[in-house]
Amino acid sequence: MSIDLNAKIPNNVNLHEDKKLQRALEHWLPNYLSWWDEVGPEGFQTSDIYLRTAVSVDSGGWAHFDHVKMPDYRWGIFLTPNDGNKTIQYGDHIGEKVWNDVPGEYRKELRRLIVTQADTEPASVEQQRLLGQTAPSLYDMRNLFQVNVEEGRHLWAMVYVLHKHFGKDGREEAEELLTRRSGHVDHPRILQTFNNPMTNWLDFFCFTMFTDRDGKYQLGALAESAFDPLARSCQFMLTEEAHHLFVGETGIRRIVKRTCELMKEVPDGDVTKVGGIPLEVLQKHINHWFSSSMDLFGGENSSNAATYFSSALKGRFNENDRKRHPNATALEEDYSYTTVDEKGYVKTVNIPLRRAMNAVLLDDYVTDCTRALDKWNRTLEKAGVDYRFYLPTTKFHRNVGIYAGQNYTPDGTQILSDAEYKRHCEEVWFPTKEDKEYIDSLMVSVTEPGKFANWIAPPTRGINAQPLDFEYVKFH
Amino acid sequence: MKPVRFNIDPKDYKHIRVEVEGAIAKLIIAIPDDGGFRDDYQLKLNSYDIGVDVEIADATRRLRYEHPEVSVVCITSGRDDGVFSAGANIFMLRTSDHAHKVNFCKFTNETRCYIEETHETSNQYYFAALNGLSSGGGYELPLACDEIHLVDDRRSAVSLPEVPYLAVLPGTGGLTRVVDKRKVRRDRADIFCSLAEGIRGEKAVEWKLVDAVHPASSFDEKIAARLEELAGDGNPHKGIDLSVLEVDYQEDSATYEFVKVKIDQEKRVATIELTGPSAEDSKIPKNAADLGSDWYGLKFWRELDDAILNLRFNYYEVGTVIIKSKGSCENVIALDNALEAQKDDWFIREVLTEMKRVLKRIDYTSRTLFTFIEPESCFAGSFFEIALASDRAYMMNHEDEENFIGISVLNGGKFPMGNGISRLETRFLDDAESVNNALGAIGKKLNAEQAYELGLVTEIPDDIDWEDEVRIAVEERVSFSPDALTGMEASLRFPGPETMETKIFARLTAWQNWIFTRPNAVGERGGLTMYGDVKNAEFDWKRV
Repeated sequence: MSIDLNAKIPNNVNLHEDKKLQRALEHWLPNYLSWWDEVGPEGFQTSDIYLRTAVSVDSGGWAHFDHVKMPDYRWGIFLTPNDGNKTIQYGDHIGEKVWNDVPGEYRKELRRLIVTQADTEPASVEQQRLLGQTAPSLYDMRNLFQVNVEEGRHLWAMVYVLHKHFGKDGREEAEELLTRRSGHVDHPRILQTFNNPMTNWLDFFCFTMFTDRDGKYQLGALAESAFDPLARSCQFMLTEEAHHLFVGETGIRRIVKRTCELMKEVPDGDVTKVGGIPLEVLQKHINHWFSSSMDLFGGENSSNAATYFSSALKGRFNENDRKRHPNATALEEDYSYTTVDEKGYVKTVNIPLRRAMNAVLLDDYVTDCTRALDKWNRTLEKAGVDYRFYLPTTKFHRNVGIYAGQNYTPDGTQILSDAEYKRHCEEVWFPTKEDKEYIDSLMVSVTEPGKFANWIAPPTRGINAQPLDFEYVKFH
Repeated sequence: MKPVRFNIDPKDYKHIRVEVEGAIAKLIIAIPDDGGFRDDYQLKLNSYDIGVDVEIADATRRLRYEHPEVSVVCITSGRDDGVFSAGANIFMLRTSDHAHKVNFCKFTNETRCYIEETHETSNQYYFAALNGLSSGGGYELPLACDEIHLVDDRRSAVSLPEVPYLAVLPGTGGLTRVVDKRKVRRDRADIFCSLAEGIRGEKAVEWKLVDAVHPASSFDEKIAARLEELAGDGNPHKGIDLSVLEVDYQEDSATYEFVKVKIDQEKRVATIELTGPSAEDSKIPKNAADLGSDWYGLKFWRELDDAILNLRFNYYEVGTVIIKSKGSCENVIALDNALEAQKDDWFIREVLTEMKRVLKRIDYTSRTLFTFIEPESCFAGSFFEIALASDRAYMMNHEDEENFIGISVLNGGKFPMGNGISRLETRFLDDAESVNNALGAIGKKLNAEQAYELGLVTEIPDDIDWEDEVRIAVEERVSFSPDALTGMEASLRFPGPETMETKIFARLTAWQNWIFTRPNAVGERGGLTMYGDVKNAEFDWKRV
């Protein structure tokens, strides 16, 4: 299955053979472009950006790098190739052939899963639309736009599935994906986290580190779907998503590195005197973004999650790795978690593993976040700084799930009174208004090739082996 | 299980708030997760159980008496997370026994039917402001209202997901009201009732599922404006305090001021003894509301209502109810005449509405009802409606002692049944002459033979045979299958025209209850059993 790059809509799904679908998508295309024009990145639409474009779905050499204007980006439809004889490997349908069409009885669940996932893609573009104006370097600006155009392409991938497999409902949903707006009072994006605008780059890095990483695990779980077109779409999206996570993880690491350097310049270590971002403020951002991203996994004890797994609509991350998940049906097995009873004693609760699929996915996510956090701590160690970051527990500051509304401290060892908890939220654990104002004040646009804003260190290498002073964005 | 109580104090409401401002009342549903009637399930997403519905019933009744000035009642959710109500709590339904489920559904249905007619009876217009998701029973409550407005936030939908999610039917008239009341086209209704996620936005208006949608940003403002418009100047009445009924509940009895219930659990028979009014009770002042809520004319019927509900919910095995009375037929007729004379007074209007509803409650009670008319009883006029509501009325034909019944002006159609016609018309279906003959007896005392001649009583054993006759009748009755009796009585009680109300109750009794006991719903792998479980439902595919 080769990619038809010359088509109006580049694709590897033989779109030209399905005239009806092709017409429907070609009708959707101008609406997409006006959406991009209206709420995509503010400015820079005529600049040439050094972007990668998917040109193949092979694991080696799938991307092509060149300067392009964002509106000319070749948004297309790419699915990981079909291997023909796949069978379902988990849940209640083990051994049956995967589905190339939507089974009627799972239509509503699949539609809901796809629309919820799809909605986050344009939402994040809308949230980030102003950040180009304060990019700390051309390198970072290019990364922002790369993330943006690829989120746009992920929207295309989901819209293709909706158009191809969900009939009139699917077309209506595809339209709605372009009419909802992040933060709009009347037609907001579906998930609340995606309705808050992003005003500074620290938030952007935290978003790509923590929130996009939720996306990675959701896509990973959907990549196991017995509904094969969805699985194959998500598999290819994961390839692109890896870069977004890289941007977040290394972005924060570069800030940590720079702060350590600046700490040495001031005797009392107060980097705000020299325009750096204090490590404590970074920790507050970690607390905020990590805890709100955990809520995106849904309740730890969830009947929907059980249904999705038993019906094989959504698996675990790397579901087919049977060393990791030896129990393919997930029956006759419990998942345990601890909570406190009414008297305040810690107790262990067992729930059927199938009901705990969101928790299982969340656990993988936490492990992944811990790995990144360890890297940041190694950066601190190497710089001879004693401070260490911590990752809050899964019990901390949750609005969804078994710990929702409970006043746990970040280390999960204490439950505070309402008043104490509120005070800590306002003054200690999360960015304060002053913190935010300070971070916003650091945001200045740096557009000279090879230069970086004072609060962030340069990366170790450039994009696609280009030098750091490469002109990643050419303004016109 | 702990008993269900209906004589609640509004101070103790746990699930709803009532806010009255001028002519507008708001009934705000805000159900705490841990506010369940039992503690083995959580009332998430404003889902409800009997404890919630007892409050809704109490609040709607109180609004009629305590705030007659109110001309529009807005039902809305107190949550701010895009949820109006997720309907009856599924885990409660799954873990309740069948009798509780049915009685719960029936009681909620009765309240919905009251809400539905309150604009007509009490000039209180019910308005549903759906500020979020409304599914299942959470949409059926709005369906009973006069007008429905839904927020258009691209998420909030109305839905009846019972079939796709639970393998049962909506239990409070949802299917019937969608087609019969809202006149949704039947093929669209078919789609709607199969669509778990429901329908939202303009399409919900186009399909007539709601009357209007408003964007979230202007929802409150639009609702406020519409409520103002509907409320106008309100009603020119001043309300009374509605007392909380005082009842002495014992295991084998429930004692009220004018109603006494004795329960023989071993024989599975309850006897309700009604006390008639005094001569004093029929004196109604010019401003009738001055009588207050402890006045016999209101209190008696509230007590009877509570007595019936207590038997329904707390004594499932007591299948036969014998109704007796003590008092003076003249006094009942005098009170009926006084009510008729002041029927346009708002308070009397509410009392008459109360009487109508209690009598319907009796009609819909799935227990054998036998009225025993003995000397010193007072089954005249409105009391005689109770005898007419019974499956059989036995009247003692006493050689020496006086034993009368009587007909009053109120028997002529003041208390229609669910089928829309009076109990006399239902009794003498397609026989206007017999109805006229009965009504021709208004003002006359009728002895057993005259009553029998007019077809108003079932049997008239003489005083020597009486004890044996009624004993045998009861003993025979209690030996029959309770299911067969429920079906038989419900089939025989409601001849004549079909109305939306009779359809709702009949379909609850027949379809819903059948489905509720089938393995496809409640079997080991049934839909209701498996909802939220780690395995999917499995059905027996045979169509029956």
